[in-house]
Amino acid sequence: MFDLTGKCALVTGASGGIGGAIATALHGAGATVGLSGTRTAPLEELAARLGERAHVLPCNLSDAEAVNALPKQAIEAMGGLDILVNNAGITRDNLFMRMSEEDWAQVLEVNLTSTMRLCKGVVRPMMKTRWGRIVNITSIVGSTGNPGQANYAAAKAGMVGMSKSIAYEVASRGITVNCVAPGFIETAMTDKLNEDQKSGILGQIPAGRMGTPEEIASAVLYLSSPEAGYVTGATLHVNGGMAML
Amino acid sequence: MSDVADRVRKIVVEHLGVEEDKVVENASFIDDLGADSLDTVELVMAFEEEFGIEIPDDAAETIQTFGDAVRFIKEAQ
Repeated sequence: MFDLTGKCALVTGASGGIGGAIATALHGAGATVGLSGTRTAPLEELAARLGERAHVLPCNLSDAEAVNALPKQAIEAMGGLDILVNNAGITRDNLFMRMSEEDWAQVLEVNLTSTMRLCKGVVRPMMKTRWGRIVNITSIVGSTGNPGQANYAAAKAGMVGMSKSIAYEVASRGITVNCVAPGFIETAMTDKLNEDQKSGILGQIPAGRMGTPEEIASAVLYLSSPEAGYVTGATLHVNGGMAML
Repeated sequence: MSDVADRVRKIVVEHLGVEEDKVVENASFIDDLGADSLDTVELVMAFEEEFGIEIPDDAAETIQTFGDAVRFIKEAQ
């Protein structure tokens, strides 16, 4: 249904469960993908699985210089940059009363500031081609809040406000900027939860189950497609009904 | 190679879709030639490419008219 043949997509956090699924979905629709992440081994593995049209672009998102250089590297490797998916994220959870300034700063740096830097780097080439898709992966907690995640929730909510502002500025150039906000998704992160924690969470999800990385990837695929050209500044919540926003 | 002013005029005409004779020394991109703020950013990008120079953001802000652009580029070259 969605055809991304000839488009080049950069996906950060592609070594993780959701990022890997996003890269796989975009690649499956015909896009050339740039796989970015801090850990090279899983990126290489994913690239080998995808075969052609996959490039490994390691990057440490807490290194400003490396982040600023990434769009250029991606363009060199892929020959263009039409789609940016800011998926990488970290958590440093703690009760707010105990949250250190360092944990606050680190989470904002990697989740919010690196997203800003990458958006800045890709808008220029996208303006030139008069086509672009930026999809920022936020989180349900950016809207609902979550105990222990003041830093993460602030960063994710910040991404939403930033995305809307950029969306205003570049809409006339054929560039859309949207967010996908996952709820609880089956990943390495949620695997660590014990049965009690899991059943507690499931009780809050009308769908009665956690989401899959592929279900997040499908939302990203739609927002990356030509068909979604009139959708901008939006947040698509993919959470099994956990929060109906 | 054509003169700097001619090359700048060509970019402005192409980008903003205005008549060539409107692009005069004191013509303001925004007030006279109908550019929006994003157009001015794009014009600066186009100048950078055409002339192989780098125009820092604070300098870009001072380029308001066609004459400003030509002067800046001549100095930068």
